[in-house]
Amino acid sequence: MRKDYNLEKRKFVIAGALLVVMLIYVIRLFSLQVGDNDYKKFADNNAFLRKMLYPSRGFIYDRNGQLMVYNQPAYDVMMTPREVLPFDTLDFCETLGITREQYDRRIADMKDRRKNPGYSSYTPQIFMTQLSARDYGRLQEKLYRFPGFYIQNRVLRQYSMPIAANVLGNIREVSVADMERDDYYQRGDYTGDLGVEKSYEKVLRGVKGEEILLRDAHGRIKGKYEDGKYDIPPVSGSNLTLSLDAELQAYGEKLMQNKIGAIVAIEPATGEILALVSSPTYDPSLLVGRERGANYAALVQDPYKPLYDRAIMGMYPPGSTFKPTQGLILLQEGVVTTETSYPCSHGFIAGGLRVGCHGHASPIPLIPALATSCNAYFCHGLRAMIDSRRRYPSAAEAFEVWKRHLVSMGYGYRLGIDLPGEKRGFLPNSAYYDKYYGRNRWSALTIISIAIGQGEVLATPVQIANLAATIANRGHYFVPHVVKAIEDSVISSEYTVPHYPTIDAHYYDYIVEGMRMAVTGGTCRLAAIPGVEVCGKTGTAQNPHGKDHSAFMGFAPMDNPQIAIAVYVENAGFGATYGVPIGSLMMEFYLNRKIDPSRQYLEDRMLNSNTIIYSGVKKH
Amino acid sequence: MASRNINVWKSVDKVTIVIYLILVLFGWISIYAAGYNFDQASIFDFTERSGKQLLWIGLSFLIAAVILSIDTRVYEIYAYPIYIGLILLLVVTIFVAPDIKGSHSWLVLGPVSLQPAEFAKFATALALAKLFNSYNFKFTRPLNFFKVVMLIVLPMLLIVMQKETGSALVYMSLVLMMYREGMTGLVLFGGLCAILYFVVGIKYGDVLWCGAPLGEIWVLGIICVVMVGMVWFFADNKAIARNLSIGYMIVAVVVAILQWVGVELPMLYVFLGVVALSLLYLLVMFFLTFAPRLLAVAAIALASVGFLFSCNYVFNDVLKPHQQMRIKVLLGMEEDLRGAGYNVNQSKIAIGSGGFWGKGFLNGTQTKLNYVPEQDTDFIFCTIGEEEGFWGSCLVLGLFTALILRIMVIAERQPRPFGRVYAYCVLSIFFFHLLVNIGMVIGLCPVIGIPLPFFSYGGSSLWGFTILLFIMLRIDASRSEHF
Repeated sequence: MRKDYNLEKRKFVIAGALLVVMLIYVIRLFSLQVGDNDYKKFADNNAFLRKMLYPSRGFIYDRNGQLMVYNQPAYDVMMTPREVLPFDTLDFCETLGITREQYDRRIADMKDRRKNPGYSSYTPQIFMTQLSARDYGRLQEKLYRFPGFYIQNRVLRQYSMPIAANVLGNIREVSVADMERDDYYQRGDYTGDLGVEKSYEKVLRGVKGEEILLRDAHGRIKGKYEDGKYDIPPVSGSNLTLSLDAELQAYGEKLMQNKIGAIVAIEPATGEILALVSSPTYDPSLLVGRERGANYAALVQDPYKPLYDRAIMGMYPPGSTFKPTQGLILLQEGVVTTETSYPCSHGFIAGGLRVGCHGHASPIPLIPALATSCNAYFCHGLRAMIDSRRRYPSAAEAFEVWKRHLVSMGYGYRLGIDLPGEKRGFLPNSAYYDKYYGRNRWSALTIISIAIGQGEVLATPVQIANLAATIANRGHYFVPHVVKAIEDSVISSEYTVPHYPTIDAHYYDYIVEGMRMAVTGGTCRLAAIPGVEVCGKTGTAQNPHGKDHSAFMGFAPMDNPQIAIAVYVENAGFGATYGVPIGSLMMEFYLNRKIDPSRQYLEDRMLNSNTIIYSGVKKH
Repeated sequence: MASRNINVWKSVDKVTIVIYLILVLFGWISIYAAGYNFDQASIFDFTERSGKQLLWIGLSFLIAAVILSIDTRVYEIYAYPIYIGLILLLVVTIFVAPDIKGSHSWLVLGPVSLQPAEFAKFATALALAKLFNSYNFKFTRPLNFFKVVMLIVLPMLLIVMQKETGSALVYMSLVLMMYREGMTGLVLFGGLCAILYFVVGIKYGDVLWCGAPLGEIWVLGIICVVMVGMVWFFADNKAIARNLSIGYMIVAVVVAILQWVGVELPMLYVFLGVVALSLLYLLVMFFLTFAPRLLAVAAIALASVGFLFSCNYVFNDVLKPHQQMRIKVLLGMEEDLRGAGYNVNQSKIAIGSGGFWGKGFLNGTQTKLNYVPEQDTDFIFCTIGEEEGFWGSCLVLGLFTALILRIMVIAERQPRPFGRVYAYCVLSIFFFHLLVNIGMVIGLCPVIGIPLPFFSYGGSSLWGFTILLFIMLRIDASRSEHF
C-alpha cells in the first residue's frame, strides 16, 4: 500500500477549484435570475403573441328607437413579416384581386415607418383592409398556403337609412396623427370622422381586448396562454340614442333637395335637436368599405360642399330673424316700451342713409313691427339706444351692453353642440368698430344695419334655432345637442342645465305675441297650420353671393311649444317664399305626422323647386 | 494476504447511489418538462422522449446491477482488452457511422443508435488506472508520462475524427487526475494563465490606451504580478520577490507622475521594458544563486510574453471570421443574437426569466416553445433554470458538487492506485462536463456540445456515465479485499 501524503494534499486544490467554479456559477445564476428583470421581459416578448380583440362599435338609434347605424363584418388581411415563408405570390395576388405591383407597394407602405410608425416584423401588420365576403371566402380556403398571413375580423358601419350623414358622421382608418395623439390606436384601427362618430368616439369605440397566445421559436401559435386566464375580453362600445327624429330628418332632407341651406329643429323643453338638415347632403353609406376613398375625394371636390355641415358651420347674416333679439334688448334696456312707436316711411331715413321697408301702418309699436318685420322700427330703436348719452357714456359702451345681451342669447360664440366643427358666428365688438372707423368716430347710424341682422353680424342656423327655442321657452334655453342618451351612462350635464339670457322672462311674451301676429296677419301667413298656433319670423338676408337668402325662425304650438325651428335657404329670395313653407311643413309634420290637404300644394312646391341654380356655383 | 469476498450490496457506497438516483430522476422529469407540449402527454408515453428516457433509465439500472455483480478483478484484468476493444470500435465508427448533423459518431444498430465515444471514457479510465497500478510505476519518469498521454490522446484523436470535438475535449480534463498523481502543478497553473492572458488580451485588444492595445498592456502587467508570485511561492525567494515589487512600485509612481505632468509615454514599451528588466534581474540572480527555479520563472515569463503576441496573431490572422465571431460573442465584445449568440442568448433568457422560485413545473414558456435549441440534450439546464428558478438551479449544482466531492472521498480511501486513479478519472470527467455544460448554458463558457450527466436526453450518455460511476462503486466496494 503506497500513499504519498504530499500528493494527497492536492485533493484540497481540486476540491477548492470545484467549489470556486460552483460559487462563480451560483453568483452568475443569481445575477441572471434574481438580479436582472430584463430576461423576464425578453421571455414574454419571445413567447407571447398579444392579439387584439376588436370590440363591436356602439349602435346608433334615433329618438324613437329606430336603428340608424349598426355594424357589418369586414375582413382585413394581416401579415406578420417575420413569419412569412416563401409562397406563391401570384396565386396570392390573384386571390385578392390585386396586381404584383400593388402587392409590392402595400409591402413597401407597410414597412415605411413614416406611414406606419408601429411597424415591427414581429407583430401582425395590416396588409389589406376590408375584404369583400367573396374574396374573404376564397382567401380563407387557401390561407394555409400562405404562412404568416391571417384574417382579422373587423367591423364596418352599415346605415339603415340614407339620411343624417352630417349628424352621424362615419368611420375611417386612423391616420399617423391619430396614433400619435392617442396611443389606444394602432395602424388599421378605425376612428370616427365627422358627426357623432367623431364627437362620441370614445363612447362608441369600446375597449379593445387582448388574447395572449403562445408562439414558438418558429412563430407558430401553440395555443392560448394558461387557457386564456389572462385574456382581456373586448368591451363593446355603448349604443347612442340620438335626439333626432329620423322621419322628420328624412322629411327635412327631402324638402331641402335641390336647395342649399340648413334646417335645425329643436325641442325647446330639452334642447334636443329633432332634425339637423344640411343641404346638399349625401348618403352616409358612401363612406363605407373600400370605395370610401374614392367617394370621399368626390365629396371633397363637390362644389356644393356636401361635407360642410351648414346647420352648424354655415355663418349667415341672420336678417330679420334677428329682430326679436333687438326687441328684447330694447325692452330690457328700457329704450322702448310696447307703447313706443316709431315712424316708418317705407324705410328708415336719417340724413343720407336709407334703410328700405315695405308698406304698412306708421308709426308702429314693437309687436306689429315684428309681425310686419318693419326695418325702420328697429333702426330707430338701435339708434335710440346707441346714441343715448343719457343712459350710456359713449356709443362704444352702449354697444358693449347690446353685445353682451346677444352673447347671453347664444350669439357670437359656439353654443357647444355635441358635434365637431361648430362655428361661432360673428358679433362685432366696439373695439372692432374703433379699429375700423376710429375711436368715437362711429355712432348708431354707422352700424345701423346690425339692427336688422345685416352688416357685420353672422349667425349659424343652430344659433337661430336656439333663439327660437329660447323665445318658445320664454327666456331660457338648453344647449342644443343631438345625443339624447348614452347606453349605461348619462349625457353630459352641460346639456341639461338651463341657460338664462340677460333678458327678463316677461319681455319674451311680447316677442311671442309679435311672432304669433306675424303668422296670423304678418309676413309669415303661409306658416299657419290648421289647428296649431304657430309663431314665426321671416328673414330675408342680403348677402354678397347673389340673390337674398330666405330664412325662417319659429316655434309651435305657441303655448307649450313642442318644436322650435330655423330654416335657411341660400339665394332663394324672400323668407316667405322658401323659409316659411319649409319651416311650417317641418313643424306640421313633427306635430301631426301628416300634412293637411289644404297645405299639400306647399309641400309639392317645395319638393319640386330648385334654388340651387341661383347659388352662383357652377357645377358644370 | 488472504483474499476474501465481500457482499457487494452491503459495502457499496450508498451516498453515491442516492445522489445518482436523485439526479437520474430529476433528469427524467426535466426531459419531460422540456418536451412537454401543452397537450398533456403522459410522462410514461414511450413515443415521447420522457418515456424513452425512462426505458434508458431502466436499462441503466440493469447495467449498474450487472456491473456491481461482476468481480472487481475482471475490470482490472480486462482493462487493456476493453480499452483496445473500444478504440477499435471508435475506429470502425469513423467509417460506418452515418452523417448526423455533421458528426460521424453514432453507430446505428437497427432501432438503437449508440455513441461509442460515451463508452470510451470508462475504458480509457480503466486503462489509465491499470497503467498507474503497474508494478514500480513512477509517473515522474518521462516514458511513463508519455504512455499516460498516449492513452489519453488516442481516443481523443479518434473522436475528433468523428467530428465530435466537444466529447474529445472531455479527455483534457484528465490532467486533473494527472495532477493528483504527481504531475507538476505548473501545468495547471500555466493552463489557467494561458486562458487568462488569452481572454484579457483579446477582450481588450480593440481598446487603445496610450497608443497600444489595452489588452496587451494589461497582460504584461499580469505577467509581472505572476512573476512576483512565482518567485515568492515557487522559487521561494522572498527577497527577490520583494525587490521586484519595490521596483514595480517605483516605476508605477514615476509613470503616474509623468502622466499627470502630461508627458505622453509609449506605454507598451514601458511595460515591455519593465518585463525585460525583470527577466534580466532574474537571470543575474540565477547566476549568483544557481537556483534553477528562478530560471524556470524567467522562462515562463518569457513564454507568457511570447504566448500573448502569438495568440493575438493567431486570433487576428489565423482564425476565420466566424471563429473570431464566436469568441467575441462569448467575451461579450459583439452581439450576434441571430447567429453565433442565439443559443446562449435564448438560454440566458430562459434561465433569467425563471426568477428565484421559477415558473413552476411545466410552466416554462421559453423551453416549451423551442426558443432554446437542444433543450432536452445539451441545454437541458435551461428547463430547470426556467421552471425551478434559482433555487432549483442551485439544487442541481449542489447535487453535482456533492457527487464530485463524494467521488473524491471514495478515491482517497482506495488502498491501491488502480482504484484511486480510476476514481479521479471519473471525478475529472464529471467536473469537466459540469463546468462546460452549465458554463455554456449560462454564458460563461464557449458553446461546446457536451451533455449534462444524467440530465441530458440520450441512452448512450446515460449508460456511459452509469458504467463510469458504477465501475468505480464496484472497485470501491471491494477496497477491503486484498489480492
